Amino acid sequence: MATAVLHDRGGPSRPVRYGSISRSRKRALVWSYVFLVIFAIFFLMPPVYMFITSLKTSQEISAATNPWWVFDPTLANYIELLSSNQYLTFFKNSAIISIAVVIITMCVSIPAAFALSRMKFWGSTTLATGVFLTYLIPETLLFIPLFKTFAFVYEYTGIQLINNWWVLLFLYPTLTVPFCTWIMIGYFASIPKELDEAAIIDGASYVQTLTRIFIPVALPGIIAATIFAFTVSWAQFLYPLAFTTSTDQLVLPVGIITTLIKGDVFNWGQIMTGALLGAAPPLIIYAFLMDYYIAGLTAGATKG
Amino acid sequence: MAQVTLRKVVKKYDDTLAVRGIDLDIADKEFVVLVGPSGCGKSTTLRMIAGLEEISDGDIAIGGTIVNDVPPKDRDIAMVFQNYALYPHMTVHENMSFGLRLKKVAKDEIKRRVENAARILDITELLARKPKQLSGGQRQRVAMGRAIVRDPKVFLFDEPLSNLDAKLRVQMRTEIKKVHQKVRTTTVYVTHDQVEAMTLADRVVVMNGGLIEQVGAPNDLYHAPTTKFVAGFIGSPSMNFIPCRLEEASGALIARMGEVSLPLPEARTARYKPYVGKEVLFGLRPEHMTERRPYATGQPQDFSVTVDVVEPMGMETLLYFRINGVEVAARVEPTSAVASGEVMPLAADLAHMHLIDPATDKVV
Repeated sequence: MATAVLHDRGGPSRPVRYGSISRSRKRALVWSYVFLVIFAIFFLMPPVYMFITSLKTSQEISAATNPWWVFDPTLANYIELLSSNQYLTFFKNSAIISIAVVIITMCVSIPAAFALSRMKFWGSTTLATGVFLTYLIPETLLFIPLFKTFAFVYEYTGIQLINNWWVLLFLYPTLTVPFCTWIMIGYFASIPKELDEAAIIDGASYVQTLTRIFIPVALPGIIAATIFAFTVSWAQFLYPLAFTTSTDQLVLPVGIITTLIKGDVFNWGQIMTGALLGAAPPLIIYAFLMDYYIAGLTAGATKG
Repeated sequence: MAQVTLRKVVKKYDDTLAVRGIDLDIADKEFVVLVGPSGCGKSTTLRMIAGLEEISDGDIAIGGTIVNDVPPKDRDIAMVFQNYALYPHMTVHENMSFGLRLKKVAKDEIKRRVENAARILDITELLARKPKQLSGGQRQRVAMGRAIVRDPKVFLFDEPLSNLDAKLRVQMRTEIKKVHQKVRTTTVYVTHDQVEAMTLADRVVVMNGGLIEQVGAPNDLYHAPTTKFVAGFIGSPSMNFIPCRLEEASGALIARMGEVSLPLPEARTARYKPYVGKEVLFGLRPEHMTERRPYATGQPQDFSVTVDVVEPMGMETLLYFRINGVEVAARVEPTSAVASGEVMPLAADLAHMHLIDPATDKVV
């Protein structure tokens, strides 16, 4: 009855308070931070541990002291690694391969994505799906048939592909091209059809439409694909482990494992230092291009 | 000289015919508007003129040359799209000059043309901006500017005002008309809005179901439609179609629609005579059914109806009522105070009536 009386006064009734928007937002924020902190600790623990260990001497690592504290910090591991020709060769191999793979991938993916998304031809949609499906086949299944293929090539032509760093330039794109093409197809699809029609009427050829309209407009997507291709090739472990063996042909991840573990002697200080330094380049690239990366991955989510 | 000629043009998508063989002659410097409901083939026709769609059959000629197999860039046309289609990474200046730069036109010539177009469209101060920094109306101007700088034989507009809000649309409509008066280029303009068609066109082409229903000056289409479709499409609210029976009484013809019956103009007796005794459609626009006025001209005929719905519009009031089972609209002065349920005496201006043969949907 009380509400009826309130209605008579001409104002809206004020029901029992069940909560408020600001209070539920605050509660949601608290929980968000709780989980963010948990995950941050979980994911940051290994690199922090690596960093701490990289500053220790071998004696201190094997001593039964607090593993989370450095009592006698030293840069010896860094100096030793950075002045070792072997480690720098690994680094150089990794850098050359990753950059070359990124270039190869982009040269294949961008025109492929343009053709598949814009030049409607018979079977183009099936082909686009097929490109993505090939990405779903894991490299752990692929490396044995690839190995057999290389052996076959050697048998018939005498060309030895195994144990050459440059052979990785053919192998990595099998991982990067499908995914990058897929990202680019999605990105190109979000570009309105009228834009290429306007370019056609303005007198642009297909190549000019691609280079002067599509590539600049799709730059965030291209950068996202570049970062992906770089990360995949930089972190690739299985293919170089299977296909390269001589120390001068190794890339960083494999090199660290094979040269710094001698029999059952683990040179932990240098392993940690090497891995930490090896993780730096992708980290730096991410830091600079993060905004573009996110814009690229969320393209099409909101029509821009 | 750039007349556009379409001869028996057909567009087929797989098995569906989008355009079913149309003939159209567009004179040099003429402003022609293709209008019709969605799916009538008007956009397809425009895109075929542009060269963005291939022609399944027939011929299209621009300036006397058949261009069936000529790529868009060599047809010397410019097109303005519904969503503007500005290149988002280029400034207004770069957007407008893109086509000229591809053609390798000299730098100062490009500069001269862009500045001239910018002056016509009043966008000189926007030349350094990117499209995302512009409002909808400004983007539309830039899209038009991009067309003007190319100095083409034909302008093509594909529903250019549909993305603008109502107020801006009216403003840009006037703008387009002004630009055409300044630039004087053959223009083909596609819209689904009959008001745009009427206000802009030298000639309107009404399309329906892949065919041309009627071609004519805006006022001709309004006053002398040849088909039921055109009669209903042009004008808002649309023409009333009331089923009636034609009767002859002492030499004069009467249209009997339930309890209402109206005498037909004497001058048309001979034309309507073959339909005596038949069921036909009586067409009359709402603006020709008004309250009785002492000074009314023509052949006002009185009748009374019970009003169902009253819609005040400000400058006029629309009344809805039923005659012979169909809903009919009438336009009256806002001062004619009636409420729904009341009986309203009205007068029909029969000089503007049309008779439609339901068998052919043609105006008799």
